[in-house]
Order: sequence, then C-alpha cells, then structure tokens
Amino acid sequence: MNKLNLDFTLVENARKIARIIANDTQKFIDKHTTTSIERTICRLLGIDGVDEFGVPLPNVVVNHVQKSGLINNGIALYLGNTILHTNLSPQNIAGKVSQEQLILTEFPLSNISEIKEVLNSLTQKSLETIKRNKQDREELINRYGEKTEPLIYLIVATGNIFEDIVQAQAAARQGADVIAVIRSTGQSLLDYVPYGATTEGFGGTYATQENFRLMRSALDKVSEEEGRYIRLTNYCSGLCMPEIAAMGAFERLDMMLNDALYGILFRDINMQRTIIDQYFSRMINAYAGVIINTGEDNYLTTDDAYDAAHTVLASQFINEQFAKLAGLSEEQMGLGHAFEMNPDLENGFVYELAQAQMAREIFPNAPLKYMPPTKYMTGNIFKGQVQDALFNIITILTNQRIHLLGMLTEAIHTPFMSDRALSIENAQYIFKNMKDLGDEIIFKEGGIMQRRANEVLNKALELLTNIEKEGLFKTIEKGIFAQIKRPIDGGKGLNGVILKSKDYFNPFLEFMSKELHLGGQK
Amino acid sequence: MGGGLYSTEKKEFDKNFDLTKIKPYGDTMNDGKVQVSFTLPVDDGEKAIFAALELGKKMGIEEPSVAYHVSLDKGYTYFVLYGSLKHSIDYTKIKVESIEIEAMTMEEINDFIKTNLKRKLIVIGATTGTDAHTVGIDAIMNRKGFAGHYGLEGYEMIDAYSLGSQVSNETFVKKAIELEADILLVSQTVTQKDIHVRNLSNLVDLLEAEEIRDKVVLICGGPRISNELAKELGFDAGFGPNTFSENVATYFVKEIYKRKSK
Repeated sequence: MNKLNLDFTLVENARKIARIIANDTQKFIDKHTTTSIERTICRLLGIDGVDEFGVPLPNVVVNHVQKSGLINNGIALYLGNTILHTNLSPQNIAGKVSQEQLILTEFPLSNISEIKEVLNSLTQKSLETIKRNKQDREELINRYGEKTEPLIYLIVATGNIFEDIVQAQAAARQGADVIAVIRSTGQSLLDYVPYGATTEGFGGTYATQENFRLMRSALDKVSEEEGRYIRLTNYCSGLCMPEIAAMGAFERLDMMLNDALYGILFRDINMQRTIIDQYFSRMINAYAGVIINTGEDNYLTTDDAYDAAHTVLASQFINEQFAKLAGLSEEQMGLGHAFEMNPDLENGFVYELAQAQMAREIFPNAPLKYMPPTKYMTGNIFKGQVQDALFNIITILTNQRIHLLGMLTEAIHTPFMSDRALSIENAQYIFKNMKDLGDEIIFKEGGIMQRRANEVLNKALELLTNIEKEGLFKTIEKGIFAQIKRPIDGGKGLNGVILKSKDYFNPFLEFMSKELHLGGQK
Repeated sequence: MGGGLYSTEKKEFDKNFDLTKIKPYGDTMNDGKVQVSFTLPVDDGEKAIFAALELGKKMGIEEPSVAYHVSLDKGYTYFVLYGSLKHSIDYTKIKVESIEIEAMTMEEINDFIKTNLKRKLIVIGATTGTDAHTVGIDAIMNRKGFAGHYGLEGYEMIDAYSLGSQVSNETFVKKAIELEADILLVSQTVTQKDIHVRNLSNLVDLLEAEEIRDKVVLICGGPRISNELAKELGFDAGFGPNTFSENVATYFVKEIYKRKSK
C-alpha cells in the first residue's frame, strides 16, 4: 500500500523526532500530578456520590487534603493511612470527611509499605472490574462479528439523557455503529464531574457516570436486537480528563475523545495541566481497551485545510508518541483529521484525497478518525448533502475507520432524527457502491496527489524539527498550532497542578504501567 | 399514461404578478408551490400518510401530495410533501430595517478612519456564554480572515482583541472597560432552547449597569442572528451568515462617525 510513493525514511525521521519531543515532555509529566488525577484515584478506589451541596465526594476529599497543603504526597497515602487507622471503606471515609467528622492528615503516618498493602486489594478489585468490562466488550464483538467497513459514527446532543437514548437507539437501528453523546457546552471547563442522570444541558448532555450507564445499557439492548455491537463514545477532555476515563472504564465505554493538546488550544486550559492529565487518562483508556480519538480536525476549522495540513500530520505524530508512552496500542489510536477543504478550491477534492491516503499509509494500524465538513457548510442543505457525499467517497477510497457522519443541516441546528437518517442513507449508498474502488485505483506517478502528500510530509518534518529545538511548551506559546498562542502559566486549571513529593504514589499508575509493560519507574 | 409525471390539469388561478399578493413560485406565477419535510411520531402506513396530508392542509397547503415517506424507526415516519400554499403576502406593506450599506474595502475603511476619526479604533470580540464555537468570531477577527477577506486584526487602523470562546459576559464587559473599546463584537453559534437570546440580553443589562452601553457600538453575529433580532435585544446591529469583516467594519466606522458628528 504505497500509492503516494512516500519517502518512508522521512516518515521514520518524523517519528523519531516526535518520540524525542514526547519523551522530553514526559520528564515533566512524571514529576507532577493534578487535582483531577487525585480525584480519579478516589473514584477508582470506590468513592462516588455528592455531599449535601451537590459537590462530588472525590472533590470534597481532595480539597480537604489540599487545604492542609499536603496533597503533593498524593491522596492514596492519606486514604490508605486512614483505612489502617479506622478500618473504614474509602466511601465511608469520604462521607465522614464531608460531614467534618474526620481529618485525614491528622492520623500519624504508618509505614508506607503497610499503606500500600492495605490499598492493594482495593486497587486490584477495581482493576478487575475494568478488565472484566474489556473482556465483555471483546466477547460481544466476537459474538456479533466485527464490521470491516468504516464505522458510522453519529452524535446525539439533546441535553436530556432519556431523549438521547431515543435518538441513539433510532440512529443505531438505522445503521450507526458508534454513538457519541456530545457534552453540554461548558462541561470541559468544570473542575468536577456532575452526578446522576441529567435532563438539562445546552448543546449536549452532561457526562456523568449514571448517564454513561443508562446509555450503555440502552445500546446493549439495540446491539442484541440488531446483532451488531454498537460502540459508545464520550469526551475525555477538559479539566477532568482522567476522571471521565475512569468513569468510562467502569461503564464500558468503547471510545473516548482524548487529545494531548486539544484542551490547551481550544478550551484555554493550562498546558501543564492538560499534558499531565492526558497521560493518566490515556493510561486508563489503554488499560480499558478504549480507542482514543484525537482532535487534529479542529486545527482545520480554525486554520486553512490546505495551508495547515502539515500541522495536522505533525500533531498526529506527537499524539502517537504520547499515546505510546501511556500504553496505548496502535489499534487504539484513532488519530484525527477532517474534510475541510474550501469547496471553491480548484482540485480541493484531489488534495484532500491525497492527504487522507497519506494518513492511511503513515499510520497503517491506526483506526483513523475522519471528520466531516463543518466550516464550509452554509445552510444550503442540498449542497451540504453533496459535500457530505464527497467526504463519504474519500472515506471509502482511503479506508478511514471511524467515520463521523456529516449532517446536511450542519450550521443550522443540532441534528433532527430525519437528518441522521438521510446522512446514513447517503453514506451506506456510497460505501456499498464504491466498496472496492480504492483497491482498483493507483495514483499517477509524480502527479498532483503524490506531489501534494510528499510536500505535506516534508513540511511536517520541518515543523517537528523546530518543535524539537524549542520544546513543546514553547511551541504552543508561539502559536504554531491552529494559530493559537497559549502562555505556560495562562489558562484554566493551573492551580490544580502539583509537584509530587518524594513520598508520592499512585497505586493505579504503578499497577497499570506494569501490566501495560511500560518501562521506567513512574 | 394517466396522471403521471406531466399534469395536464387546468390550473385555475390568476397568473399575473401582483406585489400585494405574492406567493411561492414553482414554475408558474402564483402556483404557490412549496416543499416541506418533517417527521411524525407514528408508525409508517396509510394512516400516517393521511395524517401528513391533513397536516399539510392545516399549514395552508392545498392539494398536498406526499412525494416520499419512510420509516425512521419504530414509531417515527419521515415525509417529503409538496403542494400549493394558499396564503399570500402583501409585499408593499413590509418595512424591514436591514443594514444594506455597501461594504467598503479594507483600504477604504482604513482611509475613512484616518480622515474622519483620526485615531485607531479599538475592537474586542468574543464568543460569549457557554458557546465554544469560534468559527464566526475567527472569520471576522483573525488576521487570516475567511474566504480571502482579511479579518479585523489585519486592519492598519484597528486594534483588534479576540478573547476566544466561552467568555463570560462579566469578563467581556471588564475587558471592554479595561481596553476602552469602541466596538464590541459578540458571536453566538450554538442555538439550543434559545440560550443565545438570554445570553445576549444579559450582556446588554450588564453594559447598562456599568453605564457604558452608550459609549460603545454593540454588535452581534451568528448563523441565527438577524439585524431585527439584534435590535430587539438592545444591540446596535446584528449580522447573519455570509458576513465578512468589511461589512461589519463599514457599519461601525460609519456609526461612530455619525455619533461623533452629532
């Protein structure tokens, strides 16, 4: 599969440089934790629920230790120590903390190996649950059979989880393979995860563990009816990346949007916070067998799809290396890109086809995530249907795996049930009619497409070389990605970044690293 | 071939164009032809089709015909319906205040500011509230602009500050005061349950509370925004889709000049 006559020594070079960039950043990551990582440890140890003011108990417990200025030792140390002294479960401890009946940091510290020992069985129990979910997924996929064609990915976004279920089940019956429940606008900026089933959201539905559970069980029902495994997706991004990953792992979500840089660039979340959070969240996703989706498509809605194509490729290389460091296999890396060429650009389709094929050849094992046109959708639904058709053609010709369906009513409203049906019909028609066309086509030697792909690759390599010189943080400060500049101390969530003390430990990180065969002391 | 595609049925209606009674146009003046599509929450079948036709009649569609119907899911059926609308509109009675000024070019706008205002204008722009979409504000503000039209950051005589998305109205107003902004641009893309309307009117309230509403030109834009809606909400102007930085800038330089000349 080398239609583009790509120079693979350049590809290997690019990978090597991306690895250096990621390793360099990883040194910073390993020295730090965040409040959301500590809250994730609480959740993984079984702490759930909210206090009388609606504050999630993981937040209550972590804030409580943070107030005494000792959170740099890690929440696990104090939870483990309190269990040794009180013989209470983490959930009971959290309840007592919220009622101000317990102060975790006041117990004399026991021997650290004893503390680790007492947490050991709780940690194993929780990891077992996650592993069982992973096995359940594998069994279901085996039972129903895996689809080889592109997975049709559809979004529901009513704000009400019960309405979402109606829409999601309908979409699945019509042919959707993946359902993503869009989050309420603004959730990425909340420094806590809302609790329980929710029926009020704007532009989407809150990601809560109960909402995950409700949707999972609704989709399991349709999967059985249809004899196809319907995957469920949510968003591991924003200020609570690792917490959402843990919740998803508990409720058997199958995919997570989980980009290393997205929150920094597009949600103005502090870069240190996101870089640290992405590591642990991705490790949980790796362990749970979740496919991550990266967000390079967003570069092209802000920047031009032709001019900025190389920033997408460079970011894919970086995302790939960060993903590897967190233990994700290539088969779990849904690297992102998008069909966002200006429709007025002469040969826009030809360039787009070259770029999509390039991604396919450079990341042969990755289930690439391909996003539909949005930027140039106008409200002319009839032209919109044609734009989506062109997008569908590229997917089937270049074997993209995760195909987010375009909607003819993009730029007008969140999709109606009928909009989805029309889009599915469009995609299925094209996927079936053009099924093997890609295998029949070779690209002209030295033609527009070969030249375009090699040009993008060269520019990506050049960009990566510059990033290596400057370091990733400096590059983001300079606004190289999506033309967005973010200062190292700016953005939201910096106050949740914590330098680890020498006593710090995270039992889940230790066990998962070991099982995922990650080298080095973490 | 009876019936079929080409109807020979005599159409009995006045085919003269009359501005006081305009109607949708299919292929003959005053034929009133419209296409409507919708979903009904019932199973597909004869009964559902009948319901769709009746609904068409209630909409004022005469001789409705269901061109296509399909079951979307158990209990949901999609229809495409055609027919002739019986209603008409007196076009001569319509008064709409739209911003139909001819846009100047970037150079002309810079010259206009130099000659008539004699100082740089300060513009701040943001997507406010919980809305995370920057497509609109980027198109107007970013130096790169959109479809070959430079954004306001590229204008020599304009200092443009783009605050990005999910900016609270409070932050936005604070920044406006701090930068002594002349023009405030607000973009709203997400529309669900009319949240953008509440958010926009809340901004006007805040500006009034800070007593700076009259000191600024307040403009909003977005796919669901019209000049009419904007004015109703207390903005100076509103711009819908297909707006470039030149349209917005032409409006506000003239508006500032008008206020100055008073």
